[in-house]
Amino acid sequence: MKKSLVIAATLAALLAACSTAPTEPVAAKPAAAPQATAKSDIPTPVKPAAVKSDPFKDPDALNKIPLLAKRSIYFEYDKYDIALDYVSIIEAHSKYLKANGGAKVLIQGNADERGSREYNLALGQKRAEAVASNLKLLGVKDGQMEAVSLGKEKPKATGHDEAAWAENRRADLVYGGK
Amino acid sequence: MGNRITEDLQNMMNSRKLFAALIWLAGMLCLPLANAQLTVEIFGSGANRIPIATPNFSGEALMQGSVGEVVRKDLELSGLFKQIESGSLLGVEGVTPDYNGWKGQGADALLLGSINPGQGGLVDVRFRLYDVVRGTELFLLKVSVRPDQNRALGHHIANKVYEQLIGQPGIFATRIAYVEKRGSRYQLLISDFDGENAVPALISEEPIMSPAWSPDGKHLAYVSFDKKKPIIYVRALDSIRTVVLANYKGSNSAPAWSPDGRRLAITLTKDGLSQIYLVNADGSGLRRLTNSNGIDTEPRFSPDGSQIYFTSDRGGSPQIYRVPVEGGAVQRVTFTGAYNVSPRVSPDGKTLIYIARNDGRFQITMQDLASQQTQVLTDSAKDESPSFAPDGRTLLYATEVGGRGVLSVVSTDGRTRYRLNNRAGDVREPAWGPFEK
Repeated sequence: MKKSLVIAATLAALLAACSTAPTEPVAAKPAAAPQATAKSDIPTPVKPAAVKSDPFKDPDALNKIPLLAKRSIYFEYDKYDIALDYVSIIEAHSKYLKANGGAKVLIQGNADERGSREYNLALGQKRAEAVASNLKLLGVKDGQMEAVSLGKEKPKATGHDEAAWAENRRADLVYGGK
Repeated sequence: MGNRITEDLQNMMNSRKLFAALIWLAGMLCLPLANAQLTVEIFGSGANRIPIATPNFSGEALMQGSVGEVVRKDLELSGLFKQIESGSLLGVEGVTPDYNGWKGQGADALLLGSINPGQGGLVDVRFRLYDVVRGTELFLLKVSVRPDQNRALGHHIANKVYEQLIGQPGIFATRIAYVEKRGSRYQLLISDFDGENAVPALISEEPIMSPAWSPDGKHLAYVSFDKKKPIIYVRALDSIRTVVLANYKGSNSAPAWSPDGRRLAITLTKDGLSQIYLVNADGSGLRRLTNSNGIDTEPRFSPDGSQIYFTSDRGGSPQIYRVPVEGGAVQRVTFTGAYNVSPRVSPDGKTLIYIARNDGRFQITMQDLASQQTQVLTDSAKDESPSFAPDGRTLLYATEVGGRGVLSVVSTDGRTRYRLNNRAGDVREPAWGPFEK
């Protein structure tokens, strides 16, 4: 399992390396990404050239593709399903993770400040798991993801109103090291 | 353990030489009560409180801080004593007190003590407790301490008074652990039961939560986020040795020791959502205990070690359940309200304390396990993490006052309440340690 990931990663890196020079302008065009996502269900790449130019395989895709720059998924109170607004973000990250078998993502769930700390840790976990299971459904391997929770320990918004609570009912996708 | 009193009572009792020691007649004998740092609220008439006079000891100047003040505060915090002022009376340890005079002041009991220079830099302390009503001496005890141990000495003496007059062990020499957040820094602190004498056991730039004392008081389990996720550690308090108890994929949280100290119940997410597992204290022998489709967390052993109480949302809303430690049928324990979390069983196993949400307010709630009758103990709105004193009489918990986290204590009869307000930072996650060994 580990070995095959390494091989996949190596292949991906090699492919990316040989395709970098000619296709870079295409890959770097961020405006193309959302369109590509919308149509992503139909496997269009028939021409080998198109495969090589998969923008999600670009080592710098995380910074180049706008949808990948979005790393926060918000949740309604007491809800743990992915709202429609975030489906395209999850899809983009699934593509990136599948295209980069060596990439790993830490999914950190958070909770608002109300109630028990330990129970809130479990609620944050539920949000992280919701993101992880959706990524898994889209084909991302378990070994590339870890769903964890920060509970209410690291609130992004420190207020005590509905706006702050909504900001903290969140899961963040954190890539390698940061 | 530098602050604990190493006492050799027998030895001291035999040393008759002490009787020849000078009795210091320092003018501090009749000092008025120092302004208490803590505000103790006592509800009801106070008719059940024992009136006691505990003037400062003679020779307190030999100590680095007052002893009498510590004793008075301890007894006051118990809610079971009423402090009687000395008035014009002069109590001298070793001299038969003016019983009628003290009776006239309203005292039923009187504590007198003296402190004298001892050997090897120590001071020799003698203290006597008198039954003023009967006109008899109840005990004379002697102890030698370092001059900087005034707080430990005061707690020790308060314990002896409490045990003699109440007939149960006192909690004044126990310690508590809690977490302070100051700016971006987190400290796991260990202090006296009243929040004083705090020393950091751990300092981190990442959150710390869920400190849990081993039953022997020698280890603290806790959860740290220093690796971007919750991991459970166990720290030996007599050294700087820290070991990882659980670092499985996902979150590792909510450690709780078994009464025999051999294993812990913990919450892991390695197999999906938060579920409860049992693990040996060295991290070996992991075994899954609960199996639900929802959240199971906040495990606590019953005092006899046979059951695990925990919070679960398996029924739709978070409620408290229990399951035999060796596995078996899960039983629901709370039925009123839509949010009941953080179960703690009293040391006698008869009462359950938890946090209930009432109209958006999170409050300490007590439930009689036999009759299922419940009672809200607080009128605050953001109560968290209750922790029983080892004698089960009072509870320490975190709450919020003026937007800042504070620690409070409430007695299980609801009559005594006080706040530990000696820290400048945001404090939370209190855990009351066991009786000192």
